[in-house]
Amino acid sequence: MIVALAGNQNCGKTALFNQLTGSNAHVGNFPGVTVESKMGEIKGLRDFTAVDLPGIYSLRPYTCEEIVTRDFIIREKPDAIINIIDGTNIERNLYLTLQLLELRVPTVMALNMMDEVRANGGSIDIEGLSEALGIPVVPIAAINGEGISELLDKVSHVARHKQLPEKYDFCGSDSPMHRCIHAVVHMIQDHADAAGLQARFSATKLIEGDSEFAEKLELDENEKELIEHCIVQMENESGLDRNAALADMRYAFIEQTVAECVVKCHESREHRRSQKIDRVLTGKYTAVPMFLLIIATVFVLTFSVIGGPLSDLLGVGIDALSARVETALEHYGMNPVVRSLIVDGVFSGVGSVLSFLPLIVVLFLCLSVLEDTGYMARVAFIMDRPLRKLGLSGRSFVPLLVGFGCTVPAVMSARTVSSDRDRKMTIMLTPFMSCPAKIPIYLAFTLAFMPKYSYLAIVGLYVFGIVIAVIMALVLKSTAFRGKPVPFVMELPNYRLPSLKSTGLLLWDKVSDFLKRAFTVILGATVIIWFLQSFDLRLNFVEDSSGSILALVGRYIAVVFKPLGFGDWRIVTSLISGFSAKEAVISTLEVLGGENFTALFTLRSAVSFLVFTLLYTPCVAAVAAIKREFNSVWATAGIVVLQCVIAWIMAFAVYSVGGLFL
Amino acid sequence: MKLDELKPGQSAKILTVGGSGALRCRLLDMGITPKTNVKLIKRAPMGDPIEILIRGYELTLRNEDASLITVELLPEAVG
Repeated sequence: MIVALAGNQNCGKTALFNQLTGSNAHVGNFPGVTVESKMGEIKGLRDFTAVDLPGIYSLRPYTCEEIVTRDFIIREKPDAIINIIDGTNIERNLYLTLQLLELRVPTVMALNMMDEVRANGGSIDIEGLSEALGIPVVPIAAINGEGISELLDKVSHVARHKQLPEKYDFCGSDSPMHRCIHAVVHMIQDHADAAGLQARFSATKLIEGDSEFAEKLELDENEKELIEHCIVQMENESGLDRNAALADMRYAFIEQTVAECVVKCHESREHRRSQKIDRVLTGKYTAVPMFLLIIATVFVLTFSVIGGPLSDLLGVGIDALSARVETALEHYGMNPVVRSLIVDGVFSGVGSVLSFLPLIVVLFLCLSVLEDTGYMARVAFIMDRPLRKLGLSGRSFVPLLVGFGCTVPAVMSARTVSSDRDRKMTIMLTPFMSCPAKIPIYLAFTLAFMPKYSYLAIVGLYVFGIVIAVIMALVLKSTAFRGKPVPFVMELPNYRLPSLKSTGLLLWDKVSDFLKRAFTVILGATVIIWFLQSFDLRLNFVEDSSGSILALVGRYIAVVFKPLGFGDWRIVTSLISGFSAKEAVISTLEVLGGENFTALFTLRSAVSFLVFTLLYTPCVAAVAAIKREFNSVWATAGIVVLQCVIAWIMAFAVYSVGGLFL
Repeated sequence: MKLDELKPGQSAKILTVGGSGALRCRLLDMGITPKTNVKLIKRAPMGDPIEILIRGYELTLRNEDASLITVELLPEAVG
């Protein structure tokens, strides 16, 4: 049996999901859906699977997340819904409940954060609430597991007995809205039955103006006109337009129910504490300095105090292991080709990617703590303004910033951007934030060609990347991501201590996901590059990579790079090998061009080359991460090609302009 | 007056909610409905967006969107 978990953002849904499933959850995609849902068997309840739906506030068809939730419940017909509610913020949370109840699926309400409600002198009449809503209500505290077993009893009961919510009519008797809804239900009842939809839910959707439902119900023009007439009459009588009238109806019912069943707590400790913290963290003069301080701490922890050294250590370890294995294989008399595959292909390829792992662990630990405490929402609040002109919101700021550390976790962290459109756009922009793996390239060239201004030139490259990202955002905004961005109307939740369990599970998710990719896509790609580097066209093993297929390809497509000033096959080959990891660009140049490889360049072509390496395709690990988030090979390939094209155009522009001066 | 014209600390009662499409629905869904009380808590450091208290929780929205909401100022210490 399937149990769907539905609720607002920040109501403790993930904590409850973790309580229900323990660590045996996995991520699954449902057909036709790009937003993924986590699934897991419920502990202590045989044959029950919990599905964690996206956190939403309403079932209107405006955001991807809302559509996913709605379609999941309508199409997959879960055996039960657990509607999780934040007891400290009950009014707004109940708004979604009323809409869920219209779907007529067995539902149990999990009233979360009851520990906080009680601690602050509040109380909720559970039976009264249950009666008012017509569904079982179970008080829980997801963070410490309180009330979970009772919740499971109720869930298995309603699912096994198909116990539908007793009420779904919240429109207040004899109000204009009441008359309108019931008239529409009456009109579409037969259509809804034929289409297998709930008449009441469909009626609400028609009043909201959801044209998809008008089609599903196969209404004819005459009927549509009659319905429109009903709605207009309701609008005239109530003095509110349809959308406001619906919201007003739901909130009126909620206000009444809350007045009857809830003794609101006095201002909670958590809230007071949040306001105090916010006085500093979002204060007029302190917000930006505190933000810089926090982010700087995260970067220092990740890239120099913990993650960086661990990465280096792991790198050294892998190198040592690789050397050991090489000698062992040599002693054993292993075929040199297989030896090269293991040492140059698998070890150097996967090894270089694996050494990212400590970085990712530390960075995600920091970011997930910032997210779970509620600070990320504040970052979005502080940083919204500068990103708005780009068609993004403050939510995208952190992933873009992380891009300067490494594109892989940046793409992965874009998951916190709640709207699908903004997330995809953010991911497309992150590769333009120059990552540290490119620094060796920048250093080698700037030191050779402009030793005095080396650092200035590198800063210039970073800025150039940002400028291109800005232009790209503006172009994307008016092309691929045209249309209204998702409104930036966002809750600022109370600061809460993150749960160790949730943080741990999230971290494990990211790590296992990364490892899986390292040993599949990335391993595959590095083996292919090794193969191209190690064999010639007659499939003979070459000692010197100048005779390899890769070099041949490099020679073949070198012509494309001639207008950029670096049509030499050795340079082109190094760019291709840079796909496995940017560090490989320099090592390949050294192998093919010798110690003094910068002699292959002039100042003009060196600048052009730097611009090209700044902008062209990110490394295979980043591409794999992008593919994971977009869930589409074609979209990912499109992004890679697009980046290469942009890189070519910009390098060409720089080279041409350079011709005027140099 | 408009919601974005409130000063930090001032409370008001919502009169009408303007806008259209996704934005308007989102505002209504989040509990910004006529006759509800709202308090402006603060502005972001760059002056935009704003943070409001509504129905017992904090919400942030952009000035541009807040200007679509008309409100009536409540006397101090109420709401």
